[in-house]
Amino acid sequence: MIKVNLVIVGGGPAGLAAAKSAYDAGERDILILEREAELGGILNQCIHNGFGLHTFKEELTGPEYAARYVDEVTKRNITYKLNATVIDVSCDKTVTYVSAEDGLVQVQAKAIILSCGCRERPRGAINIAGMRGAGVFSAGTAQKLVNIDGYLPGKEVVILGSGDIGLIMARRMTFEGAHVSAVVELMPYSSGLNRNIVQCLNDFGIPLYFSHTVVDIKGRDRVEGVVIAQVDDKLQPIKETERLIACDTLLLSVGLLPENELAKNAEVQLSPTTGGAVVDENLMTNVDGVFECGNVLHVHDLVDFVSAESENAGKCAVDYINGAAPCRDKTVISCTNGVRYCVPTVLNRDETYAPQSFKMRVANVFKKVELAVFADGVKVFGRKRPVVAPGEMENIMLTAEQMKTLKQAKTVEITLIKGEQQ
Amino acid sequence: MKDVIIIGGGVIGCGIARELARYQANVLLLERGNDVSVGTSKANSGIVHGGYDAKPGTLKAKYNVMGNAMFDELSRELDFPFRRNGSIVLCFDESQIGGLDELLNRGITNGVKGMYIVKGSDEIKKLEPYVSDKAVAALVVPSGGIVSPYEMTVAYAENAAVNGVEFRFLSEVTSVINDGNGFTVTCADGYSERAKVVINAAGVYADVINNMVCGEKLRITARKGDYVLMDKTCGYLADHTMFQLPTKMGKGVLVTPTTHGNILVGPTATDVEDKDDVNTTAAELNDAFAKASLTVPTLARRNIITQFSGLRAHLDGDDFVVGESSVNGFYNVAGIESPGLSCAPAIAVDIAQSVAGKLALKQKLHFESKRKGIPQFSKLSNTEREKLIDQNPLYGKIVCRCEVVTEGEIVDSIRRPVGAKDLDGVKRRTRAGMGRCQAGFCTPRIMEIIARELGCDMADVTKRGGESQVVKGRTK
Repeated sequence: MIKVNLVIVGGGPAGLAAAKSAYDAGERDILILEREAELGGILNQCIHNGFGLHTFKEELTGPEYAARYVDEVTKRNITYKLNATVIDVSCDKTVTYVSAEDGLVQVQAKAIILSCGCRERPRGAINIAGMRGAGVFSAGTAQKLVNIDGYLPGKEVVILGSGDIGLIMARRMTFEGAHVSAVVELMPYSSGLNRNIVQCLNDFGIPLYFSHTVVDIKGRDRVEGVVIAQVDDKLQPIKETERLIACDTLLLSVGLLPENELAKNAEVQLSPTTGGAVVDENLMTNVDGVFECGNVLHVHDLVDFVSAESENAGKCAVDYINGAAPCRDKTVISCTNGVRYCVPTVLNRDETYAPQSFKMRVANVFKKVELAVFADGVKVFGRKRPVVAPGEMENIMLTAEQMKTLKQAKTVEITLIKGEQQ
Repeated sequence: MKDVIIIGGGVIGCGIARELARYQANVLLLERGNDVSVGTSKANSGIVHGGYDAKPGTLKAKYNVMGNAMFDELSRELDFPFRRNGSIVLCFDESQIGGLDELLNRGITNGVKGMYIVKGSDEIKKLEPYVSDKAVAALVVPSGGIVSPYEMTVAYAENAAVNGVEFRFLSEVTSVINDGNGFTVTCADGYSERAKVVINAAGVYADVINNMVCGEKLRITARKGDYVLMDKTCGYLADHTMFQLPTKMGKGVLVTPTTHGNILVGPTATDVEDKDDVNTTAAELNDAFAKASLTVPTLARRNIITQFSGLRAHLDGDDFVVGESSVNGFYNVAGIESPGLSCAPAIAVDIAQSVAGKLALKQKLHFESKRKGIPQFSKLSNTEREKLIDQNPLYGKIVCRCEVVTEGEIVDSIRRPVGAKDLDGVKRRTRAGMGRCQAGFCTPRIMEIIARELGCDMADVTKRGGESQVVKGRTK
């Protein structure tokens, strides 16, 4: 058993940013464990641009964005292990990893940051009936095949789901000479960013069908076509609207799921809404000294926000290592009237009042609303928004003064004030 | 000229191959697919039935009870996953409890031991805490078990191969000609071989093969069953295999743990025209799930990780046809639907002994009866893991994160006798890609490993042979 102050599980954008800020907060005994052969995580396969507008005020590709943080980490000589897969994290903060080089290693940590990202929802999880030949990929798998391995998953493509990776892959496959005949979205709105619909579909004349889904997959060895159908208000397919689209490939971009199997082993309490941990404003879970940040905590739209969140986690982990006592008195933030979730999930009723960001998603598309924060029924913060949508994360910043009010309150509520209510 | 040609590489064909490998004989197994266990044997409930269900006096009843008793030793010898978890048959209606007595009595007649009936919700919940409150009585069958059917088939095949049986894949038999001195068996690709004895273990196609040779025609209907597989996180919901007492509303579905800790729900039963039709339908999946919820109401759809369907070979006449046909030297093992998997070990021994007698085959002096499976990293202790990585660093590279499968296991699955050649073959042997992400992360990596091991390009790697290439070539 080796001893390390701070173990960071995952060397993607979240883990790298957490490592950098932990170092800058004075911690020198840090170990990043990364299962892939390179640092950078999923950014390495995101070769499109659009990253870094918030963090660096310029437009970078995924690998470029990752490289900036890899540089920061290597400049600081922070230790990292590659090809090292963590197979267990226990609630006493023992991290077990395996690698070809080191064999099986157990590390006793003072604090752990889980920054191991998310996975894609597969076909099975959404119950698409039909044949099970080759040619059904999650969008991220297709992205890896194209961008990292240099292989084309298919030539005639239908995409189910309008998540960002699906939209990006619609464009990417088109660039590679494939024909994308449709993007089919179950909901009446997109789960991706509006800018991706414009830049990846509209610019290439790829049709997006809202309130449609795939009901059947044809083809024995390989996909030969998919049957799509319109859905009613209860999201049930309408038989009369079924039509076959010939294709050899179906890409799925139907949601991302925080990958929290390790957290479960460590007895971390998870939120049924986000799939990530329940965390306080320090991003600490119910297990003292175990933190979460990035997409393992909740799925983000922009890596810039992942970086910011993770820098906070890094700093808070160092505070914990340095002896900051965890607060036992917590207020659960209640999300109401269309706000689906908020991170942080709980607030410590302590006396540290620092500016704090709150990230949230709404459950539906709402127009002309006010996003409001109430403490004991009194509005502390309000921001009017012409439109909010599930695909776009809302991020608000509260001042130290406002945080003081929140932390002293018995109830904290984040809500949407709609229409005349305003 | 071969002594024996076996047609079909399912659990029956591979089981017979392994039992015949005990004798001094040239045995060839022909399989239509790219691997063993690619038909009925890969997609079924994986149940070792107690033997109370089959009508007394049938081959189903005889082989079920015999076969069931063989699993403990066989699974140790061939190192495949098997667990005697016990089955229970649930009755949801006081007025139908008589149905359980009927099964109990039938079981006793068939020679099933240790069965008993429990009454009342409290008693049933002692056995299965998550079972529905509506269950009023249950037949408990302690000898019931669960097995990994494809791993069992692979184990049989590997052991047969090690003992000299030859396997030929992508070999769809198109004609079997009997010339009085033996048989000429020809495949779709033009390959042809002669044999003294032909064993027809062709699953849903066993009627087609039989009808090439025999005057007495067989007719097999492919009966499709859809299944739903649930995440291991809800594995605690069932320990026994839970059947529903058949009613006039239908046969019901089972809810069972798998040997790997998932929960399996199904099957439906739909007769299909096309013997390759393994299309799942939304209606059947919904039906299976709704019926399963009667047994365990807390099964949640969000824990579904995949669906699949398999075909059972249902023979007109309802019983198996096992043994030498009216044509000298031509053996049928046909209509092997449920409880066929449970019967397989007994059928294999019976057929092998019969063929050995017919051809006056001598026992081999050195028959290797044991087979060691691929070391399963996820199941080992940390000390064993350390040792394994030390011996072979590839066991330190985790490829499938959901099921914790290492590159070492994947390479082993490819290099073994009758090794994996495609993604599904690797999956069945190692579980890589069988977890909750359903191969999202590991597909490209496994393709790379297969390409490297088989010396082909990644573009040639298939999901399951034939035209199932995963990708359509290089990017620009």
